[in-house]
Amino acid sequence: MTAPLLSVRDLSVEFRTRSGIVPALKHVSFDLAPGEMLGIVGESGSGKSVTAFTLLGLLDRAGRVSSGQAMFGGQDLLRLGQGALNELRGAAMSIVFQNPRTALNPIRPVGVQIADVIARHDAGSTATLRARVLDALRQMRIAEPERRASAYPYELSGGMCQRIGIAMALACAPRLLIADEPTTGLDVTTQAAVMDVFRDAVRRGGVGTIFITHDLALASEYCDRILVMQSGEVVEDAPVAEIFTRPRHPYTRRLLRSTPSSVDVIDDLSPDEEPLPPAPPRGDRLAAPVLEVRGLSKSYAFARPRGLSNFWKPRDTAMLRAVDGVDLVIRPGEAVGLVGESGCGKSTLSRMINRLIAADAGEVLLQGTPIQRISPGRFASLPQRRLIQMVFQDPTESLNPRFSVFEAIADPVGQLLPHEGRAALRARVERAATRVGLPLALLPRYPHQLSGGQKARVGIARAMVVEPRLLVLDEPTSALDVSVQAVVLRLLTRLRREEGVAQLFVSHDLNVVRLLCDRIIVMYKGKIVESGTAEQVFNRPAHDYTRSLLAAIPRLRGQRALGAT
Amino acid sequence: MRVLRRIGGRLLASLPALLGVVVFTFLLMRVLPGDPAVFFSSGPNAGQAEIDAVRKDLGLDRPIPEQLLRYLYDVGTGNLGRSLTTGQTVVHDLGERLPASLELTLCALVLALGLALPLGILAAVRPGSAIDHAVRMVCTLGVCVPTFVSGLLLVYVFYVQFGIAPDPTGRLDIFAASPPDITGFLLIDFALVGDWEGWQAAAAQLVLPALTMALFVLAPLARMTRASMLSVLGSDFIRTARSIGLSRWRVVAVYGLRNAILPVLTIIGIVFSTMLGANVLVEKVFSWPGIGSYALDALLASDYAPVQGFVLLMAAVFVMVNLLIDVLYGIADPRVSVA
Repeated sequence: MTAPLLSVRDLSVEFRTRSGIVPALKHVSFDLAPGEMLGIVGESGSGKSVTAFTLLGLLDRAGRVSSGQAMFGGQDLLRLGQGALNELRGAAMSIVFQNPRTALNPIRPVGVQIADVIARHDAGSTATLRARVLDALRQMRIAEPERRASAYPYELSGGMCQRIGIAMALACAPRLLIADEPTTGLDVTTQAAVMDVFRDAVRRGGVGTIFITHDLALASEYCDRILVMQSGEVVEDAPVAEIFTRPRHPYTRRLLRSTPSSVDVIDDLSPDEEPLPPAPPRGDRLAAPVLEVRGLSKSYAFARPRGLSNFWKPRDTAMLRAVDGVDLVIRPGEAVGLVGESGCGKSTLSRMINRLIAADAGEVLLQGTPIQRISPGRFASLPQRRLIQMVFQDPTESLNPRFSVFEAIADPVGQLLPHEGRAALRARVERAATRVGLPLALLPRYPHQLSGGQKARVGIARAMVVEPRLLVLDEPTSALDVSVQAVVLRLLTRLRREEGVAQLFVSHDLNVVRLLCDRIIVMYKGKIVESGTAEQVFNRPAHDYTRSLLAAIPRLRGQRALGAT
Repeated sequence: MRVLRRIGGRLLASLPALLGVVVFTFLLMRVLPGDPAVFFSSGPNAGQAEIDAVRKDLGLDRPIPEQLLRYLYDVGTGNLGRSLTTGQTVVHDLGERLPASLELTLCALVLALGLALPLGILAAVRPGSAIDHAVRMVCTLGVCVPTFVSGLLLVYVFYVQFGIAPDPTGRLDIFAASPPDITGFLLIDFALVGDWEGWQAAAAQLVLPALTMALFVLAPLARMTRASMLSVLGSDFIRTARSIGLSRWRVVAVYGLRNAILPVLTIIGIVFSTMLGANVLVEKVFSWPGIGSYALDALLASDYAPVQGFVLLMAAVFVMVNLLIDVLYGIADPRVSVA
């Protein structure tokens, strides 16, 4: 074996916090060969990003390296000062960050930001600089590089911004590249495109790459070797072919079993958990629908609203049809998955169903009663509001930090069932908490004292407390780690099987939707392009868009391709 | 071209606000106690006939709506009335005093920015350090010491004790020769005619009042700079800038400052407008012939026209300053357009 490009030995990092010194990395050791792509996977708090930032000397002030060395090009990166690191950063080693939009300077044209890297490390004439910037953009397969170079980040899509980020990292032909969750938050199709561009550029340059991700399937598709980290330690380090077929460490095995793409039915996901009740017989084909939507539409104007300065001009009629004549039926106890890329109108649709916003046209029938004429503001205080409840995307952001868990869960009761007494209210809240598996001891706590999974349970309990017949779930697990996600998915299935509450599950993650839902609806540009049972949509997709969506899903190695039975 | 059209639109859109200000001040002056007719009659024992004559002369005997219409017509034709105390037209008085106020305010603002920006940046680069605490103390002092106290203190130290500063009586020493009236800004006028001795004298008169005002507005500017710089330095793109090997100084100056300056710009606009009208105390302490003390004197004398003119002028200045800030904002931040 050739000498490693990077050799990390016994690396330990600790953070000073208010509650004392917290170890973040414990004796981490690994090697990276030139041109190799090494995946680091693990859940949040496992130390993946801390490893990356430590190697580049980008740790926060609070972080401190307590032991270890990281040999790169004959130098120990951990002993270098910021000045020496600045010579290396961007040139010999570089990094691609998460959240491409915020990782770029919002008020500097992206071409100039790429030029900043090149000018810093090998300055040349303006003409060569310009040529190299355009070349870097072309390498990322960005069409019309001249025009794109003068664009600002806000004018570009998330995927395009990440290509810029990768172009910046690769502009000075580094030997070591670290990619820290580069595609988190991007659509699957965009993710696939960005990852392909990324892999090709890295291969062409023979760059040794550390690819940090929480997505095992994604890592298995692109990496040569995988490092599994758990609470600051490396628990497994094996070639990708082995780690998925013969995982040695129990944590790796647990992680694998929590990954939705590794199983066929929800009952197999994290099977160590308490077994799920059996699915009730599906004899509800003819039951009266809990929700019926007919020809629902919503458009947004492109033009700015009229102000004083343009009131005499004719109205600009260009409209974006966010949701365009959508029909939908959900029967009691049914789970319907609504998938599509960002901007396809799925969130707008779910908000119209909830009466959070008003529709332009169409009908919404809740248990047979039309509700589309009721204004969103008034609907909030009507008894029918009880029937539909919503679970939001980010469990942290959607809880009021000043409300205790009890207050958060009791909040909708006070609004929708105002005549309930204190004792009844307490009993109701405790019942809801128990149903979602939230220990009653947590009720007086505040959100910041809870884990991510507990916060997700609070969000679900708050929706379930008024005994709705339909839950609208807007990407409820996208902010969660896989093991927590598995638990939440099982909880949602349990609620549906035991209580018969119907669920509309809005998500971009087809693997999750496949496990959870009976029927799947695919939206594309405001229209429903495909709808059918989960089995149909996955195995016999009818629409081209569905096919491209399925093709873009990362798969675990060794898993049969989706759609090929 | 498009920018110019938009600026024109903005000015047009501010007309209703200005009209509202005019009507409001007109009504306010009419309901305030004090009868100008009595005040401006020849003496305290003037007869009713004389008072009536003055009232008729001033047009105060007509119904209020008619007075308002006349007033609006006058404002529209550029006639703001005549000050009864100075005997000059209000336009003339304001034109004479506005440059004095503007010169003082601008110098104070430049001085304040020159101090506040570096202090705020230093405090943000090293939060919690000795520098940070020192800046916080300076700002607190600046805010809690009233301008007339700090002004008098400065006069006491630099004029009475050390004798470095000239006596605090107006824009120029009474015995010094005034420059020809070109722009009304003494520093510019002296520079235009090449009289550098006079320039120095004018500048010397300006230093203490400008410093007094600067100290007062230092706090909002420095604190805003610090807060804005702190949040920018904590953002993801700063980490990106560090990850490409840019030096610390470049990261702070190029990536940090330009982003951090945006909220500071807004504060500058507000601070400037406030300073221009509200520095009466400083003007009084230094006998500065500015518009603030002019309006105050007129108000005390129940002299309507100058006060109305002053309020209208301030409203116009406020609109112009905000427009200027918005244009600057549009230049500094590509995401914003002058709407």
